[in-house]
Amino acid sequence: MATIPVDPLKIIEQFGPHRSAPSGLRLSTSTEPERLVKTHCCFCGQQCGLQLKVRDNQVIGFEPWEDFPFNRGMLCPKGVKRYLQGAHPDRLTMALRRDQTSPHGFSSMPYDDAIARVSSEIARIQQTYGHSAMGVLSGASLTTEKTYLMGKFARVCLRTPYIDYNGRLCMVSAGAANKKAFGIDRTTNPWSDMVGTDVIWIAGSNVAECSPITTNYVWQARELGARIIVQDPRITPVARTCDLYLPVKPGRDAALFAGVLQVMIEHDWLDHDFIDTWTVGFEDVAAYCRQWPVARTAEVTGVPERSIRQAAEWWGTAKTSFLFHARGIEHHSNGVQNALGTINLVLATGRIGKPKSGYGTITGQANGQGGREHGQKCDQLPGWRDISNPDHRRHIAAIWDIDEKDLPGPGVDAYELFRKIDAGEIKGLLSICFNPKVSLPDNTFITRALEKLEFYTAIDFFLNDTARHADIVLQGRVIKINKAVDPPGEARQDWRIIQDIARTLGRPHGFTFTSPREVFEELRRASKGGVADYSGITYEKIEQQMGVFWPCYSDDPQTGQPVDHAGTPRLFERGSYNPVARGSGPFYFADGKARFNVADHRPAVDDVSEEYPLFLTTGRVVSQFLSGTQTRRIGPLVQQYPEPRIEMHPRLAEKLGIGDGDWATAETRRGAITLRAMVVTTIRPDTIFIPYHWPGDKSANRLTVAAQDPISKIPQYKVCGCRVGKADRAPGYAAMLEPQQ
Amino acid sequence: MQACTECDTHRGDSMIHLEFIDRARSTQTVPVVCMHCEQPTCAEVCPADAIKRSGDGIVQSARKPRCIACGNCVVACPFGVPEVYEDRQIMMKCDMCYDRTSVGKKPMCATVCPSQALFFGTRDQIAQLRPRSAPVNQFQFGRQTISTRVFMMMPADTVTSRPYVDVTAAMAEQPRQRAIRLEPVSADPFAEVEV
Repeated sequence: MATIPVDPLKIIEQFGPHRSAPSGLRLSTSTEPERLVKTHCCFCGQQCGLQLKVRDNQVIGFEPWEDFPFNRGMLCPKGVKRYLQGAHPDRLTMALRRDQTSPHGFSSMPYDDAIARVSSEIARIQQTYGHSAMGVLSGASLTTEKTYLMGKFARVCLRTPYIDYNGRLCMVSAGAANKKAFGIDRTTNPWSDMVGTDVIWIAGSNVAECSPITTNYVWQARELGARIIVQDPRITPVARTCDLYLPVKPGRDAALFAGVLQVMIEHDWLDHDFIDTWTVGFEDVAAYCRQWPVARTAEVTGVPERSIRQAAEWWGTAKTSFLFHARGIEHHSNGVQNALGTINLVLATGRIGKPKSGYGTITGQANGQGGREHGQKCDQLPGWRDISNPDHRRHIAAIWDIDEKDLPGPGVDAYELFRKIDAGEIKGLLSICFNPKVSLPDNTFITRALEKLEFYTAIDFFLNDTARHADIVLQGRVIKINKAVDPPGEARQDWRIIQDIARTLGRPHGFTFTSPREVFEELRRASKGGVADYSGITYEKIEQQMGVFWPCYSDDPQTGQPVDHAGTPRLFERGSYNPVARGSGPFYFADGKARFNVADHRPAVDDVSEEYPLFLTTGRVVSQFLSGTQTRRIGPLVQQYPEPRIEMHPRLAEKLGIGDGDWATAETRRGAITLRAMVVTTIRPDTIFIPYHWPGDKSANRLTVAAQDPISKIPQYKVCGCRVGKADRAPGYAAMLEPQQ
Repeated sequence: MQACTECDTHRGDSMIHLEFIDRARSTQTVPVVCMHCEQPTCAEVCPADAIKRSGDGIVQSARKPRCIACGNCVVACPFGVPEVYEDRQIMMKCDMCYDRTSVGKKPMCATVCPSQALFFGTRDQIAQLRPRSAPVNQFQFGRQTISTRVFMMMPADTVTSRPYVDVTAAMAEQPRQRAIRLEPVSADPFAEVEV
């Protein structure tokens, strides 16, 4: 039973999170680095280029990398301070086993013994309960090579269908919507197309805090005359200076898009040529939008009528435009519909597939996209192939040198995987780079499920909150894309750990790679002919071009001849060829046309009610990332925003008798947490906001609802009904825990 | 600010300041770097003559052998830039990353700034990047006019009539929810929301 071995305070004492501060060589002003390693920030989906200063096998500082085209040296606080996690005192250097007799709950053990124990437990569980009794949870912060290896490991070595990844919490609504509308799941334009456009519509994206480098693209566009429309329940830093702010109620986005499109239809602000020639399904969408006259839209969404009309006019009459969205509209049980609503606005104007005109979603994690393209999403195989498609299965089975019949079918999403653990169907779990006890909604349930596991192996380089439940913890290592230093102690590279388990299980076939490059070479072959075709991408081309946009072909899909293809920065250009449409049109369907989809507004699950009258919405702050496994250990980042607070409007605070800095309790049907209030006019008065990076009694996800989108299975993090009251005393943790713990 | 603490001359301490103007009312923040005055008040009031202005117009941090940590400069600087470090008994402030700018690099803050609110470059470059704004380097504090090496970008149409920033007058202004060019939906976008 994967229960926490001792009092969590004892575990924290030994394994942290403790805050690292610069010391030693890192404070020295006279030490020159031996070399600068060009690499990327390990945090969000922007993947900014930076250089690490290395001396004596230690990262001692950073230097901007101004030649890297995406960020040109720019960084947010996370990028500046990320070097402090190398050589961190909490860093695991030995394998650990759960040990109740140890004062801190875990004892170290030799790496080989740990691998042997993990392998024998996997073998035991699979012999007793079948192959499907093992589950694998992987991470979207892993490199593409590792995500490929994890997908292959689950299907070929463990022969279980049950693998999924924390990208499930990230981009899947956008991905599913893109697949339905365009036939391909990828942002359609490079960011540089934003600069010089007439209108930018930002739907549910706190750009300045969650993808800070994009701020400069937006603001540079504005300097050159673009109008900025921001749709958000909070006046985020980018909303503060936007041209039109749409203060939408949480969970009403699809209604807003339908209402705006209805105004555009009424004024005939449409590109009929484009709609007739390159799309299918506009009539059904137009019929649906008739249900959303502006007055009803205003009433449902909370956005004033005049703002809806203004948005429709600016969007409808622009010559060029860029619309992008992020988790704000995607983290809903209606997430796919919300994303489809934005795509309808784009298709109705025909402004896609052209310079200065496009559409995109901002991924939140380093490799949300690559992670699902290459096979750690429960229903996908490498190259964005479908695990249920017989042709796709045969192709991948041949690359992996296995019988197609032995390749498992589709599994379940990450949350459903926990439901299967709770139901006793999955008995063993291996997780890598995923901290579900902080990041999944209704996480009291997650804790209960974890405790039912017969054997749990966690691979991470810090003992994160979930790994405290583990039987064995294998000390992984951050892949720094370009390796900066050797791993400490007995820590191993993640891909070696996976291969060592496969070998010890006596199932080494297909897991004898000697370098990440070899993994990548196999991935290129596996992806060839798929929609996400990487066959023309080489390590050398990535370095030379400073990045490559897929699809990137080794053989021209039109002629079949070998080609030196540079990649595809902009999708859907008129006249472009793709292997699905085969010349019939720019979109990835057989007829080459894009699809309008009726983007239905459905009320949120556990919406506001008399009992729980306020909207709770959750998100990030600029100095923290995801579940904080890394960023809650970096001192200067903790200092910037130490602990979660409940953001509320002064009118609400006054009604509740709560002052700025007072302890307040937020409560939903799942649970309650007590945090300090932050009283600000920058949020809707009927809404509260709590950032989610913290565990336990400070965890916003103790409150959130485990409702999921029926198509993408993304959880509904962005809305649920809640109530707030003034707390009569400080919570128990206040005296026991440091802010980051 | 986080990047400033990574500088090779003062690691661990930020020489620039970053403040919310009034977080209760707005997310507006403002970074404060040394403005590098043509006639630096900090140097003028320094009894130990520890603050020097180099030939290229950069006002240097206090010189170790001279600074007596009296704090005159802290009190006198109209922009609130210098700080005395009691543990080291010295004033330190932004010197526009002299170690970087003197070898052709940009200052750390302007290099990493993700919104390019801080920009380091030539007049031609900024004219191209911000065609609707104009650089201003005259600041009015009551009766004192200060000219600086660091420029602030102002809306171009306001600069023709008033080519300086009246700091004293600005201090009486409330922080603004929105920016200048805006056609606001209403002063308070949440006015109609019921609690």
